[in-house]
Amino acid sequence: MNQKCLSRFGLLMGISLVTGGALAQQGDAERGQAAAATCIACHQADGSGMNVPNGESWPRLAGLNGDYIAKQLHDFKAGQRQNATMVTFANMLDDQQIADVAEYYSQMPLTPGNGGDEADEALLARGQQLAERGDWNAYIVSCQSCHGPGGMGVGSTFPGVASQHAGYISAQLTAWKNETRSNDPQDLMGAIAKRMSDNDIQAVSAWYATQPGSEAQETAQ
Amino acid sequence: MTTCRRPLAIALTGCSLAFGVGISVYATSVFAQQEERPDAALNMLVHEPPSMEDLENSDIHPELKSVIRYGHDLFTNTQQLRGENVFNDMNCSSCHLGEGRVPFSAPVWAAAITLPDFRGKNQHVNNLEERIAGCFAYSMNGVPPAYGSDEMLALSAYHQWLATGAPMYPDKPIYGRGFPAPDEPEQAPDYARGETAYQENCAICHQQDGSGHYENGEYVFPPPWGDGSNNWGAGIVRVDTMAGFIYQNMPLGQPRSLSAQDTWDIAYYITSQERPQDPRYNGDVAETAEQFGPTFHKRSLYGQTREHDDHVLGDHDNFGEKGDIKPWNVGMPRFENLPGE
Ligand code: HEC
Ligand code: HEC
Ligand code: HEC
Ligand code: HEC
Repeated sequence: MNQKCLSRFGLLMGISLVTGGALAQQGDAERGQAAAATCIACHQADGSGMNVPNGESWPRLAGLNGDYIAKQLHDFKAGQRQNATMVTFANMLDDQQIADVAEYYSQMPLTPGNGGDEADEALLARGQQLAERGDWNAYIVSCQSCHGPGGMGVGSTFPGVASQHAGYISAQLTAWKNETRSNDPQDLMGAIAKRMSDNDIQAVSAWYATQPGSEAQETAQ
Repeated sequence: MTTCRRPLAIALTGCSLAFGVGISVYATSVFAQQEERPDAALNMLVHEPPSMEDLENSDIHPELKSVIRYGHDLFTNTQQLRGENVFNDMNCSSCHLGEGRVPFSAPVWAAAITLPDFRGKNQHVNNLEERIAGCFAYSMNGVPPAYGSDEMLALSAYHQWLATGAPMYPDKPIYGRGFPAPDEPEQAPDYARGETAYQENCAICHQQDGSGHYENGEYVFPPPWGDGSNNWGAGIVRVDTMAGFIYQNMPLGQPRSLSAQDTWDIAYYITSQERPQDPRYNGDVAETAEQFGPTFHKRSLYGQTREHDDHVLGDHDNFGEKGDIKPWNVGMPRFENLPGE
């Protein structure tokens, strides 16, 4: 039953890859900035978020796909994605404000991911392997086969994961593994996360935190 | 759980999802130990090919290592030969998932231990290079690199190295070979049902119109039909082979999760779409379909009329991006002077 609903949604998202907006509602970045005043405390004025090593990390929002951001905010509001911290703030936004903040953050230049610098070489090598080639012995499909070359994201369905904070990436993968996050279309992410060991999760999180999240950022580095 | 025909599927995902059993599966290998599996009783050859990590750790000659590495690179990024040998949007690994190693995704090492052998498709004895050349001419809608060329040697070295430790000309069937299709469903495959199931399960990546997806000009999701796909002569246009591919490999990351009915409906829908012309085309689709019917097209919909719009499949001279370039290996005569048996 749940499966069915997810795949219906998958259809929606499929269209969005082409048309660039299934949840289409025109957003306005300027209005978005005003509506985002309450978000700064955690996601920061430049949208960079923060890696919090022994607590709950705040994701970087700067440069994420706008439709992806909007979908997440709708999911928090609808209870399809659960997080006690975030739900309060998502609930403050109406549909128009969601479109506006999504537009606002999507236009910001990407900021670097933190939390991967202390990883040792072996852990990073494992992370790179999972990101680029996967581990087919355990049927872990490479991350880039969905999140695109360099993990920079594909359309509005597959968010960029490179240059995100390690603490946030690992929290999300663990949530999918433990079935506390399940708002992905067709269980695409959950099916992969469930096959990953804790070490795999640490490895790939550290790897992506150290990688450029866009071609512009790549050339700037 | 008894409805799962293959015990491996449980470990993998499909069934665990369907039954909602949240078992943790990361410790399980797709090449699980032979004795753990009832199919060991079936007396099959189970082979776990070496991985690229094994290659780096092995003590074979460094020159050989780098040639195998190049072969692996060509296999997983065949687009580097675009415009020369490849004229569509695919890599070898678009169909042979997991770098050509994974069971039920036509693991390519099987060819290295079973060839040279007679091949029904072209009616003569083929070796490994000729088999690889076949996938270039049809699946890649391309023109193969020359026999003995650097590219051909590197690719075949990669295939052969994957077979390390497996016996030549095995006397048992090979576990996980090819793309075995699920049993035919209760209802005959149906175009309209297939379209709905495709849009629900597949369009999110392959797009509604089957054109696949490139992001900033880089390969992400290959096109299951249309100009960027394989041509009408490729093995995967046979409805049963397509059904097998889909069932065993798609949606990506969730093998064997579709029902047999959905699988066959989707396979029928995809193989009812247009794609580049078969390089064996002689100018007349009906004649071509008849000539290659017994060896190939009897399992495809080539030359047949699509019910909903009366379109005759393959009735065109669109060869895709390669235009009128002819793959040199197609129809190449072999062993003409050998006396028959
Ligand atoms: C008190 C801190 C806090 C505040 C304030 C806050 N957030 Fe968040 N936000 C979080 C945390 C923590 C997460 C990660 C939630 C999880 O783990 O699922 C998050 C996640 C998100 C996500 C999902 C990102 C992704 O990559 O999927 C979006 C979008 C988001 N917040 C937008 C906002 C907006 C817009 C506001 C202001 C209206 C806001 N947040 C205010 C802490 C905060
Ligand atoms: C089969 C496709 C697929 C594969 C393979 C895949 N993902 Fe995902 N992933 C998704 C989808 C779809 C989403 C978006 C979920 C949503 O819409 O809420 C996602 C979301 C994520 C997120 C959350 C991003 C955010 O901003 O909240 C992270 C982190 C992530 N994936 C990491 C990975 C890593 C690491 C790998 C490789 C080990 C991987 N993914 C492999 C499909 C995939
Ligand atoms: C469009 C899908 C597709 C692509 C792309 C593709 N193949 Fe194949 N390949 C197939 C199919 C279908 C078979 C036949 C499987 C069967 O036996 O049913 C096959 C079989 C093979 C075999 C024989 C395996 C065996 O069991 O004997 C080899 C070797 C092979 N392919 C190599 C390649 C190489 C090398 C490339 C890239 C140049 C490639 N393939 C690209 C679909 C594809
Ligand atoms: C999460 C994205 C995703 C979904 C959903 C998905 N595929 Fe794929 N598919 C892929 C990728 C990626 C490949 C190529 C494998 C690779 O490059 O590693 C592929 C390969 C294929 C191929 C072989 C190459 C070609 O284009 O002909 C076919 C056929 C195919 N998929 C059909 C399907 C069908 C049918 C479904 C739905 C049941 C489906 N796929 C769902 C991502 C997806």
